[in-house]
Amino acid sequence: MSNLAVLPIVMPLIAGVLLAFFHNKLPLVRTLAKVLTIINFLVVLYVFYYVINNGSVVLETGGWIAPYGIILVADIFSITLVLTTNIIALATVFYAPLTLSKKQEEFYFYSFFFLLITGVSGAFITGDLFNLFVFFEVLLMASYGLIVLGGERVQLRESIKYVLINLFSSMLFVTTVAFLYSVVGTVNMAQIAERVGEVEQKGVLTTIAILLFFVFGTKAALFPLYYWLPKPYTVPNPVVSALFGALLTKVGIYSIIRIFTLIFVYQTTFTHDLFLWIAVFTLIFGVIGALSTNNIKLIIAYNIIPAVGFMLLGVGILNETAVSGTVYYLVHDMLIKAALFLLIGAIVHLTGTTDLKKMGGLIHHYPLLGWMLFLAALILAGIPPFSGFIGKLLLLQGALLNGEILVVIIGLLSSLLILFSVMKIFIRAFWGEENKEIQPNRKMANKLTIPAIFLLFFSVLLGVGAELFYPGVKNISAYLLDPEIYIQSVLKE
Amino acid sequence: MEIIMSILSGILFTTGIYNLLQKQLLRIIIGTALISHGAHLFILTMGKLKRGAPPILEYDISQYTDPLPQALILTSIVISFGVTSLLLVLAYRVSKRNETDNMDLLRGNENE
Repeated sequence: MSNLAVLPIVMPLIAGVLLAFFHNKLPLVRTLAKVLTIINFLVVLYVFYYVINNGSVVLETGGWIAPYGIILVADIFSITLVLTTNIIALATVFYAPLTLSKKQEEFYFYSFFFLLITGVSGAFITGDLFNLFVFFEVLLMASYGLIVLGGERVQLRESIKYVLINLFSSMLFVTTVAFLYSVVGTVNMAQIAERVGEVEQKGVLTTIAILLFFVFGTKAALFPLYYWLPKPYTVPNPVVSALFGALLTKVGIYSIIRIFTLIFVYQTTFTHDLFLWIAVFTLIFGVIGALSTNNIKLIIAYNIIPAVGFMLLGVGILNETAVSGTVYYLVHDMLIKAALFLLIGAIVHLTGTTDLKKMGGLIHHYPLLGWMLFLAALILAGIPPFSGFIGKLLLLQGALLNGEILVVIIGLLSSLLILFSVMKIFIRAFWGEENKEIQPNRKMANKLTIPAIFLLFFSVLLGVGAELFYPGVKNISAYLLDPEIYIQSVLKE
Repeated sequence: MEIIMSILSGILFTTGIYNLLQKQLLRIIIGTALISHGAHLFILTMGKLKRGAPPILEYDISQYTDPLPQALILTSIVISFGVTSLLLVLAYRVSKRNETDNMDLLRGNENE
């Protein structure tokens, strides 16, 4: 049954290649893409069910035993994230034909889409540091293809910056892996963890840890490395923005969580305290960015940054409550960011502008869209009983357990400002004077809202059914905080 | 030998970063290419350099080179080759659509 671990990677890969052959037969490609996404989702659901019941699935690819070959590890943490990724894929694949132009769809949108899912799932599942780099490149390559889709002036201008910063951080990643290899003599994450543990992370190892953090911090858009994120995320089509906002930065933060709960956990006074303060600054500056603009896409793109800050907070605090908060918040944020980008994309598509000042009175024409945006804003800001609240509660509880009062205050304050920044969209776009120039298209609006409702449903479920999910999240947290389980499951000593 | 190679890859990194900080798009791309060369050389160096030894371990061989960095470097070269070619095409399109290849003029402004 260990082959199950490779399915979430191989299935979208095959789908992506397959769809490249019929790229100009649109009706066929659309149906095929939807069917393949659903099949993929069902398969991942089965793998998830299997992992929950039987523990981690470890696949030694090509029959090379653990420390020598590349290994894939589908454990409870990674498979949960892969499942969330596939839920988002499901929503976006139904949304895509509505906002993409025919030309964009024909130019291999669905192939890039599936390759992006391949890269993201691969990055979550792999148990090999160099293989993580390879999957990062897979997902980045797909994202380069997606971000320039359409080829408008602004889009090209912003995408070159996106490609350059990611290329630079990838090269740094390779260099850091080389450093680590020269010190510990392996790239298998479990074996690295074991060997770092043996010497208790002495000497140059902490330096390498910070270098790795720098690399992942660039990908995850942490303070002070977030400057590249907001603009490139606003220029492509809303579907692409939703995929980027929901998945790409989360892969970065996932890597930080994985590396700094499994491998570099012996010098916490240095590394993890640093993370705590970086997280606080990320919160503050992300929120300031979100408040600074009237471009609705930019507001949501800036909102990615404080969310990443919250997740890093849990890694910085590193106790069981805080880490379970991080896990909860990670799943919550993937869902809600995708939903928000889809809703904002719908508004932009319907009004033809991203400027808040040119909108108004949309609630008359699109009540469903309006109230869904309102709900999404409440979930994002963490109003009880929604999922953002549970995540933040656990994180701040964890911070209080460690006596970090200042962190708690800043966390609460930034939540309030996040609520304000998103509510601004609701108030300015949906209330107020009606703009007579915009022709209402209610049927289209409802069609565009349905995929977002699908995501919001899971988000609400995650919040209201917290009682149901909390034991699972707590399990993941306990699992993450005990590196021995991971090492044992991979190296089988 | 390792020290010389480390210094060489250091030089590649510095020249790469110098070029990366220029304003002309083509120079920036050359910068990224130089950095990736530096990184590749560095991977090879980190696996310890040995001459005349096979990258396999057999019973009667006592001297062997580490095969892993070679596998890593190969993967990494292929990836950076792909990205560089993509970057060249992208840069060509960017300069054509925006009618400039100067990064200062490609900055952009709010609300467009």
